[in-house]
Amino acid sequence: MSESWIVVLVVGAGTIAIKSAGPVLLGGRALPARVQGVVALLAPALLAALVATAALGTGQELVLDARITGLAAAALAIALRAPILLVVVVAAAAAAIARLVGVA
Amino acid sequence: MSADREMRTESDRRELRRGAVTALPLAVAVGLFGVSFGVLASASGGMGGIPAVAMSMTTFAGSAQFAAASILGAGGQPAAAIAGALLLNARYLPIGISVARFLHGGPLARFAQGQLVVDESWAIAASGGGRFHGSRLIGAGLVLWLAWVGGTLVGVVGGDALGDPAALGLDAAFPALFLALLAPQLRSRKSVVAAIGGAAIALALVPATPAGVPIIAAAAAALFGLRR
Repeated sequence: MSESWIVVLVVGAGTIAIKSAGPVLLGGRALPARVQGVVALLAPALLAALVATAALGTGQELVLDARITGLAAAALAIALRAPILLVVVVAAAAAAIARLVGVA
Repeated sequence: MSADREMRTESDRRELRRGAVTALPLAVAVGLFGVSFGVLASASGGMGGIPAVAMSMTTFAGSAQFAAASILGAGGQPAAAIAGALLLNARYLPIGISVARFLHGGPLARFAQGQLVVDESWAIAASGGGRFHGSRLIGAGLVLWLAWVGGTLVGVVGGDALGDPAALGLDAAFPALFLALLAPQLRSRKSVVAAIGGAAIALALVPATPAGVPIIAAAAAALFGLRR
């Protein structure tokens, strides 16, 4: 089996288990407040890590290239409350233009 | 008794429809988001088209799917992609618990309904004060699932027609997308601290560890949530 399929199957099964745990097993009970506090911070911590590594990481090196131009354009689009797809298109276009004119 | 049940079925149906209709404008956005997942997952050489569609059908959670595709695309191990995606989906544990009291039926029905919980359907079903409409959640969830899977399919088919990902700036799409998902999360000081900590941990580990490991290690920044 290819690596992609292993990821798809395990993440799929794991997510299905996580999503059904509350409705099937835990009824109306709640998680302890401290656990909830940690779970609530997982998304910002991981998403910020993904922003940083996807923007700067190339293999095991940190590289400044056109992706930073794209990320700056994305930040501007987000500040202007653009919908998510427009944010992505603006970032891709900015990076492609930066490459085309040889800035990065 | 039977009249009472009929009335409940009638109101359930109305709520189901209301959830579906409310979700329609969001479904357009989710569908386009699905298109971008289809394009990036197949074009970045990380995952492939058919696994991408299968993932949208089963996982049905945008940020985790993009994380898995991004880690695989960067040459990360499957274990790293799996851990990163599941840590992102851990939030569905408290979210699932919050709606549990408002879902009807036996274990199997509740299991199926739980799968339709995503950030958007959860928000649509919220009726204030920690209460939720179970039927509205299902109506919204079904519409959003169809949009997500349909969008992914379109992206996978259309993505094959696109050219070199770097020339198109598609490598800049991933960080932009994660930033767009991160921005609405930064409402509290604690989440800003966790985000800065997560990014710092990840960048420090990039030169020293294989791809994907920096993302998993960044989860340690969430331990800041133990502080009161």
